[in-house]
Amino acid sequence: MHFTKRLIGLMTGSVLLAGMAASAAQAQDDPVKIGMITTLSGGGSSLGIDIRDGFMLAVNANDGKLGGKDVDVLIEDDSRRPDKANQIADKFIQRDEVDILTGIVWSNLALAVVPKAVRDGVFYVSPNAGPSELAGRMCHENYFNVAYQNDNQHEAMGEGFNAEGFESAFLLAPNYPAGRDAIAGFKRFYEGEIAGEIFTQLGQQDYAAEIAAIRASDADSVFIFLPGGMGIAFVKQYDQAQLGLPLRGPGFSFSQDVLPAMGEAALGARNAAQWSPDLDNPANQEFVAAFEQAYGRLPSVYASQAYDAAHLIGSALEQASPDDADAFRAALEEADFDSVRGDFEFGSNHHPIQDFYLREVVEVDGVYTNRIDRKVFDDHQDAYVDECSM
Amino acid sequence: MSAALIIEQVLNGFQLGVMLFLMAAGLTLAFGVMGLINLAHGSLYMTGAFVCAWVANATGSFWTGLALGLLASAAAGAIIEILVMRRLYDRDHLDQVLATFSLILIFAEGAHWLFGSRPLYLNIPDLLDGAIALPGGGGYPVYRLAVIGVGLVVAIGLFLLITRTRLGMRIRAGESDREMIGALGVNIRTLYTLVFALGAMLAGLAGVLVGASQSVQVGMGEPVLILAFVVIVIGGIGSIKGALVASVLVGLVDTLGRAFAPSLLALALPVQAAASVGASVASILIYLLMAVVLAFRPQGLFPTHG
Repeated sequence: MHFTKRLIGLMTGSVLLAGMAASAAQAQDDPVKIGMITTLSGGGSSLGIDIRDGFMLAVNANDGKLGGKDVDVLIEDDSRRPDKANQIADKFIQRDEVDILTGIVWSNLALAVVPKAVRDGVFYVSPNAGPSELAGRMCHENYFNVAYQNDNQHEAMGEGFNAEGFESAFLLAPNYPAGRDAIAGFKRFYEGEIAGEIFTQLGQQDYAAEIAAIRASDADSVFIFLPGGMGIAFVKQYDQAQLGLPLRGPGFSFSQDVLPAMGEAALGARNAAQWSPDLDNPANQEFVAAFEQAYGRLPSVYASQAYDAAHLIGSALEQASPDDADAFRAALEEADFDSVRGDFEFGSNHHPIQDFYLREVVEVDGVYTNRIDRKVFDDHQDAYVDECSM
Repeated sequence: MSAALIIEQVLNGFQLGVMLFLMAAGLTLAFGVMGLINLAHGSLYMTGAFVCAWVANATGSFWTGLALGLLASAAAGAIIEILVMRRLYDRDHLDQVLATFSLILIFAEGAHWLFGSRPLYLNIPDLLDGAIALPGGGGYPVYRLAVIGVGLVVAIGLFLLITRTRLGMRIRAGESDREMIGALGVNIRTLYTLVFALGAMLAGLAGVLVGASQSVQVGMGEPVLILAFVVIVIGGIGSIKGALVASVLVGLVDTLGRAFAPSLLALALPVQAAASVGASVASILIYLLMAVVLAFRPQGLFPTHG
């Protein structure tokens, strides 16, 4: 009797112990799951592909580890559709139980996915989209933007116009929220006159009417925010029309993903961004060389942001596990990683405080790319930080 | 608002119009002759541009690219006619929409797969680079004038083909009575393939001409396709003459709307609001035009019988 009791006690104890050991082992070996929702097909997919490639470059360089921990990156294509992005997010959170989400390119998709995901206790690290809502009144402790607030490049360009001494700017942007924000961001810092302002149709390809209007105005400079194919079409037609006015825009308009298609028509165009392939710091030199070697092309600003996103996550994983949300959040806030942008820190709304540069499109060994002309902002912070009560 | 600006904008409108005509001609022929709604017409446009850009980059010659681009889009047209469209002639329009929509997806992913996701580089040929002076000051790109010229030549050529040749006679006969022309011994299958390939080649030509001055990228065909549908509805489905008139009408209304709506509105509204409202008004003008035309002429401007 006594013996039997002891035996049962031993058995239960060892089973319990074994169970505990097993779960401990699991916690040790279970990789951190990162869900990447990005645009890999259809219009604008070159941005999503650069984000995926930039992120995976950082992961693969460390044998599938970030911050010394194994990571499992799940990648799905949102086709630039908010509903699809939402579905993928639900699946990642509920079925795959991811710890961290990242990858979204477009602001309207981010607004559809992020607020719900962070409420579910998942961390979201944005490698691109930075809508003003998420920087301001809808900011959240689990949301981190490693790229920029959307207005920043336009603000830097406005300051760049002042620095270059332009006094009469013609402004062109598509008629949708990001386009109107671009114009507002530009005007926040630009001090000269506005020679004209046109909102074009989203996706417009023929800019003859707008170019004629620019010619008829008394502008001394042109600011365009026309991402993707719209910018390619405009820049070529602008070059063909031989207006001779300096062409300027945010970094998106002259990013590495569109420069080859613009060709020499883009030469000399200046644009503002927080990163450039020739930024002189060891992390950036390593990144640009590794990216070129891995993929056979120059990285775009989007790839640089995703690479930083991966390293930011790595720096936090080194200190804490996402299961310990408070410790992990504190580690993310420190932003203790070598950014390819050099100086990098988070403001109180989890958006970057960083430098902005005026870049110029040049041809180097037959490849069109950007080179830094001058710095326009030192430690620039977004305009919405005060609206965030965090 | 100077006379030079107005002349320039009218030319721009014409240029957009003849471009649309190249797209609309193939669509309206396919509908008129075969009763087919072809949503994949924009994919043939994209095919022409992609092949031209790829060949031009490989060989350094725009003209070789142009020739092969036209050939490729005509061949792609013939192949999808034989493999897919043929099975759809007797089905209702909804089946055709579904099948040709799937072709859009196949072409888009195929282009990704073959050419990569980044837009391709294609510039205008050196011969047509530059601008010529307009009366009243200002230059106008030679390339845009050349596009207008090409469009007009194609329009005249199509008109002669349809009214003066045996092939054109058969196309017209096919429009009026399919069974009868088949019964008379004309090989209707070959005729359909030919008509479809011809339409595809014109779409490819539009793609090359537009691609050289705009951008060559996946999905470039769909916005143009919507405009082309507006054109054939306004012009009268199946009518080449209608397509030409409606193309130029749509091109002019769209361009002049974009050019002058904001400044006209600025007479009544603050400048800021006028810019934003003007952009919205300009983008709906062609649909308003379509609504007005349909209200008075439900069959379009130049209805074909039946």
